[in-house]
Amino acid sequence: MSDELDEIQAIFFEECSEGLAAAEAGLSAMADGDTSSETIASVFRAVHSIKGGSGAFGHGALLAFSHRFENVLDEVRAGRIPASAGVVKVMLSAFDILSDHVTAAQDASAPPVDEAMLATLDDILATKGGCADGADTPAPASEPEADPFGFTPVTAIVDELDPFGFEPVSVSLDDFDAPAPESADWTVRFGPSRDAMANGGEPMLVIRELERLGGRVIGIDSSALPPLRELDPEDSYIVWTLAVPGAVDQGDINECFDFVAPDSTIEILRAAGEASVSAFENADPVEVIEPVAQAPEPVQTTAPVLTLVDNKPDVPVGKAGGEKTGDQGAQTIRVDLAKLDLLLNLVSELVIRNSILTDRLSPADQQRVELPELARLTRQIQDNVMSLRAQPIKQAFSRVPRMLRDLSAETGKQINLETTGETTEVDKGVIEKIGDPLTHMIRNAADHGLEGAEERIAAGKSPTGTIKLSAEQRGARIYVRVQDDGRGINRERVKAKAIEKGIIAADAVLTDEEIDQLICAPGFSTAETISNISGRGVGMDVVRSNVEALGGRVEIQSVPGRGTTFTMILPLTLAILDGMVVRLAGQRFVLPLASVVESVRPEPGQVQSVSPTSEVIELRGNYLPVKRLTDIFGLQGVRFRKPEDSLVIVVESDSAGHVGLMVDTIDDRREVVIKSLDQNLHPIRGLGGATILGDGSIALILDLEALVASTTPSTPKHTLKGLAA
Amino acid sequence: MSKLILTVDDSASMRMLLKASLTAQGFTIESANDGQHGLERMHEVKPDLLITDINMPKMDGFELIEAVRAVPEFRGTPILVLSTEFSDDKKARARTAGATGWITKPFEATKLGAAIRKVCP
Repeated sequence: MSDELDEIQAIFFEECSEGLAAAEAGLSAMADGDTSSETIASVFRAVHSIKGGSGAFGHGALLAFSHRFENVLDEVRAGRIPASAGVVKVMLSAFDILSDHVTAAQDASAPPVDEAMLATLDDILATKGGCADGADTPAPASEPEADPFGFTPVTAIVDELDPFGFEPVSVSLDDFDAPAPESADWTVRFGPSRDAMANGGEPMLVIRELERLGGRVIGIDSSALPPLRELDPEDSYIVWTLAVPGAVDQGDINECFDFVAPDSTIEILRAAGEASVSAFENADPVEVIEPVAQAPEPVQTTAPVLTLVDNKPDVPVGKAGGEKTGDQGAQTIRVDLAKLDLLLNLVSELVIRNSILTDRLSPADQQRVELPELARLTRQIQDNVMSLRAQPIKQAFSRVPRMLRDLSAETGKQINLETTGETTEVDKGVIEKIGDPLTHMIRNAADHGLEGAEERIAAGKSPTGTIKLSAEQRGARIYVRVQDDGRGINRERVKAKAIEKGIIAADAVLTDEEIDQLICAPGFSTAETISNISGRGVGMDVVRSNVEALGGRVEIQSVPGRGTTFTMILPLTLAILDGMVVRLAGQRFVLPLASVVESVRPEPGQVQSVSPTSEVIELRGNYLPVKRLTDIFGLQGVRFRKPEDSLVIVVESDSAGHVGLMVDTIDDRREVVIKSLDQNLHPIRGLGGATILGDGSIALILDLEALVASTTPSTPKHTLKGLAA
Repeated sequence: MSKLILTVDDSASMRMLLKASLTAQGFTIESANDGQHGLERMHEVKPDLLITDINMPKMDGFELIEAVRAVPEFRGTPILVLSTEFSDDKKARARTAGATGWITKPFEATKLGAAIRKVCP
């Protein structure tokens, strides 16, 4: 049971993060003026669910905070507190604390300081939102410091959680002047109301409960019973009188009447003595369910869980929040990500066996065993399994509106966000890893790209800057764009800075595109003053390295005065690669096709040695370094092969620009299933994995970036270009 | 024969928690993840007891209770509300819709089991 609880709790935290994302999207939409009831309800529901689970799992601080937050949301939902800008601002701050609470509950760490926010929420409740308007609301920063020991008081709300009954049960109260002796039997009269059975109630169960306590029926008053033809079988007419042993606690008797319909007659009295009657003091017929006494052990690790959505909601593009209700209730099951990965792996094996069969059988035999049909089905299964791992990129986008609002507040710039393509589906692994790069790109656009209002007006633009965030699928790649209509890249300054930092030679001659790319060079930062927002020592080089680690690349386009567009080009999946199979000394290797620019059969003299260990190829007036892969991998027998007997594949690398790789021949172009080497061998620099080809042989997949970086001296292409000029 | 209970809650962790704690007490549990799904499942599983949350997408608990009560076959099926809500007007609404009882979350497994036996022995 404990393992099971851990597992359930892990799912609860998964739900919390989904809930937080939904709440954030809804609050952002509210801040943008969308105060439709669906949007408010989506935020309420998200916080409400977090509260429900937090109680069940014994996270008291989270329960207390979400409860108070929910109270305000409930009032806003009911229209008793206006969803004014001030109130929404407070709720955004409350959301931040709620996120911290969830994190603290998950990590079993000290809950965040929330007294100031709780007080603010209470003020809003008390003043019906009046205090939040006009007045400055306390930001989380203005809250008192946490004490150094990390203990923060937790506000208990247990008393507020005590359930009230339905409606008060009608009881007959006599005087209490003559208490009966403790030992005297109880006399209990029970007359169910007329509609006692209307709501699935069953008066006989109450009698049975009383009998379980040792009670026995000593009288039946059937005087209200009508003639048979007037009798309604669903009405109650009888009043029972039971004797219950005096040793039974009155509370236990009271509990028998939980769930008894209102308007029933219930009398509980001591039999001996003068008609002393006791009754429900609190008239609370419903079980008081206390919070879970024993909190389950906090989970240390959360197994990755993926939600499968079988009917994809067609969420209108470009609208955050508001439409959230549609997909929440989609029929979903949760599957451990590891199971899905295993399935993908098995299907990959199936694909490989398929191509082995295709290779070995003659076309006639292939037809005879219906191999094409098998291949088609296999392909469909593969596509399907891949789509299971796909999730709408909306998950990564949902944080952006909030972030931009904060950035807008910090920079004083007016920023308008336009989002398209939120429903584009991408592998879950990719989505998880583009969060940071996306954050940097957005910050960069808001901080460096967009001008202040005055500068924009002077340039004849609208005072409000626009950032367009979009995602689209093209073939096997996903294009994620962040486009601003700001001032564009100041190429003079970028170049000067790059020279100053020694990134390029002082006399380098660069094209505009090459200057733009310098922004992604390691250690480059153009902000004149290091701002709080995007200049914390990490910059676009982080974006580039993160995206490259995913097998993608970053493109920058900029038009002075008109704006800059950053594009992340990402693989749709991390499991399949569009590859070019090349041969080297009799062995086969796979190059990622996306990196291949062209292939050249060199003329005699086109490849020249510039030192005993380095060669260049002259290509349309430019000189590119050439690498002999046979040398890099230490393959024997072809060391002194003449370049004109080889092929030079020109590949584009981010760290070294265009580089020629010398291979023997090109074998094929095909999609290959990437098999990790790391599980069986140590990661090997220069190799991205392995795959099994149609004939069953193994081919190694080249990791171009690592390969080029490990073998090229640090001569960026810009200096080479300068050499040519 | 063990009692069959249909639990309706949009939170997967809550459904799992209910299932785990009630199965341990001898009940058989079926689940649905919103009101609409719950109504469909009612017809499929014809449970001895329905336990439903209130705040759910698509169809909330009130609507589900009304819809279930509108089916002659389910007029006598006990329905318990299990919700974090606890306001009197919500409880009155549930009662009007046809709920048998109301239990406020969070729940303690054994007390929940005892409460269930009061309407569904």
